[in-house]
Amino acid sequence: MSEIALRLENIHVAYSGGRQRVLNGFSLAIRKGELTCLLGASGCGKTTVLRAIAGFERVIEGNIYIASQQVAGHRLHLPPEKRQTGMVFQEYALFPHLTAEENVAFGLRRLPRDQQSQRVDELLKMVELSSHAGHYPHQLSGGQQQRIALARALAPRPQILLLDEPFSSLDSRTRERIGLEVRDILREAGQTALMVTHSEAEARMMGGQIVEVIQGQH
Amino acid sequence: MKQFALPRAGLRRITLASALMIPVSFSAMANDDLTLYTTREPGLIQPLLDSWTQTSGIKVNTVYIKDGMLERVKAEGANSPADLLMAVDVGNLVDLVEAGVTQPVDSATLKAAIPANLRGEDNQWFALSMRARVLYADKDLPIDNWHYEQLASPAFKGKVCLRSGQHPYNTALVAAMISHHGEAKTETWLRGVKDNLARKATGGDRDVARDILGGICDVGLANSYYVGQMKSAKEGSDARKWGDAIKVVKPTFENGGTHVNISGAAVARNAPNKDNAVKLMEYLVSAPAQQIYARANYEYPVLKGVALDPIISSTIGEINVDNIPLTEIVKHRKQASLLVDKVGFDQ
Amino acid sequence: MDSINKSSGLTTIRGLVSGPQSLFTPLNVSAILIALGVCAPILALVWQAFHADLSHWQNLLRFVLPTAVINTALLLTGVGLMVTIIGVGCAWAVTAWSFPGRRLLSWALLLPLAMPTYIVAFAWLDLLHPIGPLQTALRWVLGYDSPRQFRLPDLRSLPGAILLLGLVLYPYVYLTTRAMFISQPANLMEAARTLGCSATGAFFRVALPMARPALAVGLSLALLETLNDIGASEFLGVQTLTVTVYTTWITRSDLAAAAQIACLMLVLIFALLSVERYGRSKQGFSSRSSRDIAPVTVGGWRGSLLCTLVALPVVLGFIAPVSFLAWESAKRLADDAPISSQLLGALQNTLTLAAGVTLVVVAVSLLVAWNARHMAMGNPAQGVRRGVMRLASLGYAVPGTLLAIGFLTPAMALDRWLADLLGMRGLPLMSAGVLLVICCAIRFQTIAIGALDSGLARISPTLEQASRSLGESGGRTFTRVHFPLLRPALVSSALLVFADAMKELPTTLLLRPVNFETLATLLYAEAARGTYEDGAIAALLIVLAGILPVILLTRHQRRG
Repeated sequence: MSEIALRLENIHVAYSGGRQRVLNGFSLAIRKGELTCLLGASGCGKTTVLRAIAGFERVIEGNIYIASQQVAGHRLHLPPEKRQTGMVFQEYALFPHLTAEENVAFGLRRLPRDQQSQRVDELLKMVELSSHAGHYPHQLSGGQQQRIALARALAPRPQILLLDEPFSSLDSRTRERIGLEVRDILREAGQTALMVTHSEAEARMMGGQIVEVIQGQH
Repeated sequence: MKQFALPRAGLRRITLASALMIPVSFSAMANDDLTLYTTREPGLIQPLLDSWTQTSGIKVNTVYIKDGMLERVKAEGANSPADLLMAVDVGNLVDLVEAGVTQPVDSATLKAAIPANLRGEDNQWFALSMRARVLYADKDLPIDNWHYEQLASPAFKGKVCLRSGQHPYNTALVAAMISHHGEAKTETWLRGVKDNLARKATGGDRDVARDILGGICDVGLANSYYVGQMKSAKEGSDARKWGDAIKVVKPTFENGGTHVNISGAAVARNAPNKDNAVKLMEYLVSAPAQQIYARANYEYPVLKGVALDPIISSTIGEINVDNIPLTEIVKHRKQASLLVDKVGFDQ
Repeated sequence: MDSINKSSGLTTIRGLVSGPQSLFTPLNVSAILIALGVCAPILALVWQAFHADLSHWQNLLRFVLPTAVINTALLLTGVGLMVTIIGVGCAWAVTAWSFPGRRLLSWALLLPLAMPTYIVAFAWLDLLHPIGPLQTALRWVLGYDSPRQFRLPDLRSLPGAILLLGLVLYPYVYLTTRAMFISQPANLMEAARTLGCSATGAFFRVALPMARPALAVGLSLALLETLNDIGASEFLGVQTLTVTVYTTWITRSDLAAAAQIACLMLVLIFALLSVERYGRSKQGFSSRSSRDIAPVTVGGWRGSLLCTLVALPVVLGFIAPVSFLAWESAKRLADDAPISSQLLGALQNTLTLAAGVTLVVVAVSLLVAWNARHMAMGNPAQGVRRGVMRLASLGYAVPGTLLAIGFLTPAMALDRWLADLLGMRGLPLMSAGVLLVICCAIRFQTIAIGALDSGLARISPTLEQASRSLGESGGRTFTRVHFPLLRPALVSSALLVFADAMKELPTTLLLRPVNFETLATLLYAEAARGTYEDGAIAALLIVLAGILPVILLTRHQRRG
């Protein structure tokens, strides 16, 4: 039985006003190396789950464990940079002032120089963009940007990779192609991943566990 | 269909034309009127001009040019409307003469009223009033007899306030120092003064009094007429406070008298109304006018026998004008300016 | 192949010479003349400098220039550091954090823009004088009787000048970087944090580098203003290059030497502009704007501390000087002496001058910007027109003193010729203030051209195409389509130019008609003389007028 990579225990997260709750007792467990999809309509709180795991939202109640280490709970809130989560954003969020390879290398500060460039090369090869290493984000197509964003998030070998509707900015044909590519890359790397989507077809394509989120609960 | 560019260009032409119409109205004035260019604030000479207009019936059109009067008159050339040019500071006046924008005046009245050392050798410029460069000191300081040379004495280190060394009032003093002691000794003196400065050489003469009150310095050089202005200001006003904080010492050169500067006038070379200009000057050195200079402006009259303002006579008294004539001192003014730069006085 | 190249070359040449977008339309010729007019003073300056004899150079070089250059360099560096730290710091604070008073402070931080440099020097010199209110209060608290027992260091020094100028010029940097920070998508910072950056790390590695072009623009504006300043540097006793140019002409009566120093300054300015250009380059910004940065709440004592720190520039750069001026004005008005006619006259002159300059600037800038607009049809002369527009915008970079001196000799020669022609006495153009208006217009055109150019850029060229296809000519299209859409840009640029013209000092000092005082020159004369009667009221009026465009900018900011 492989270990649990992520555990959410009955977490409650409120809107920034403090009144209403977005997540009302949400629980989830993901095993290491698994790809899980959170499926739900817009506004149901699935993105909030990701943001709570990453550390951008505080939990009022409940606990979050990443690889058996508690990162959130009663009076505990580990800041995002300490949580070892990687995130791929809906709009890619590539740093426009850095080239593709500089973007990928961003989270590798602590490694020595040669190890950094080794890892960057490795990842660029994985997403098949080695030839575009020196390009700036505005010089890349949407699909290429998406893959660089993935490479960047994977580079520091996060415990868990969070993907927030990663394909919604792409047109439908690219979407399917990239989706399968991403699935394969994640599988090959053995990366634990949690993806949020509103499309059932997409969730099914990913092939992992599907968790439906209805009004902040599961 | 009109092009858009046209209305814009037309508007510009109209504006330019209407702008030109303004000076045209100037030349439509009566021909008798005098035009006076002055670097002095009109407020100070207006009472004098008004009283002359009353007696002579000739109107004076005062044009106040604070900076660049020389450039202005030169640029106007033969068409210049200026009749009389007035300046404060003998250097400025002599610059006008040397630039060739003035003309000599032969007037017995002027020669009689103004001592020879206070008018140009070729009768091109004439002093109308004097001001002494005196020492303002903290009123509790035991200073009585004092020489300009002492300003460089180490006893005053960190205690001297002055306005910019390049200001004409100060360069004239430096020029006088050169006339007395030569360039080398003056340079040493100037360096000594600079070392004694309590703060940067900037601001005005009245700031010297203010800074003495504020404890920034103990002594400074300034013009005599401010004393009258400050000590007669309204009770409780800032100027009065500054005036009351200082005492005034009449300094002299070690081998001479007190340094004075002048306010003066010269007739413009292309003056359309030379005769009336001379008449105005003659009025200004007459007893009633000289009294206004003394009483209203707290200055020293050039005409002998005119009483000083009571405040001036009680705080400073009659001055022993320096023996070296201004005509001589003024020859060293460029040297003086250079020395101020060389010593880095204003840095 | 050869014939195709030749014929397309010919078409280009033909296009440049004739047709609706050719080089020789009345519109373009006017624009070219305007650009030449802007460059003329600069060229005249260079000509004057090299034409005169170089004997003065020796003395200047040995004694005056080295210190002036060093002072200017130190001043620029110091002010640059201060405005960067204050401007960027405050911009980030009001964007990334939520603390008490943040909303108020986010626009209040712009207020020092209303204070001209010479007024802030004038006010603080009085405020901080040993017998002024602050030191008197301090002595009372510490138990000293006389200023001779205890006083603070004198403000009249280079560090003092750096502090004061930094305090009033930081809004340039604040404005541009805040606009940048606001538009940065929040997910960039979040991405950085998921990659192991702390919040501070994310600021320095992501937010700040991305804001570099905005920082470059704001910084160069602040530094150009520093070079332009003459009042503050002179009051504070700092011999900068600008002050040296001015005193060389006025006190040393040496126009040629002044022109020579001015040329040196032009080189410095050119270097500065190149650095700004470099700072703006390289980045292509691709952002689908999504969520904006959500400010993190900072509460408790930390929040209050933050509030105090961010409020400090506003208090020091605006509230303190303005309160002081208001108090002095009230004191003066309470005296039995009525408002002097000199002050009223100066007020009238200032308003007239500002109005005249604004009219000229708006008209001319409209012409130049309209001429250089992007048109949908391929336009061989487009590059030339844009170049002409950029030349016409050069004025702002040149300090007012330099422009005036460059302008002076040729303008006076022209004036005398005109006087001879019309049989008049004196110098008509100068007397009528025409030269002053022109010179001010040259300086302030940049603002209006920039605003109108971006305004026009926001109007799609297809609108013009549609209008033309419906039968309207270029001029009518402008009147019916572009002008109404440009109204906000016109209004805001008119306001900005008006405010700038109201506080203008260096150009006015040199080129004004005789007997002509503006509020600014009145203040300068009083401060120079050491009388302070009308100075405070004049200063207050200038600042009040300057608040108008600040209010405008804050509303624009909130909307944008």
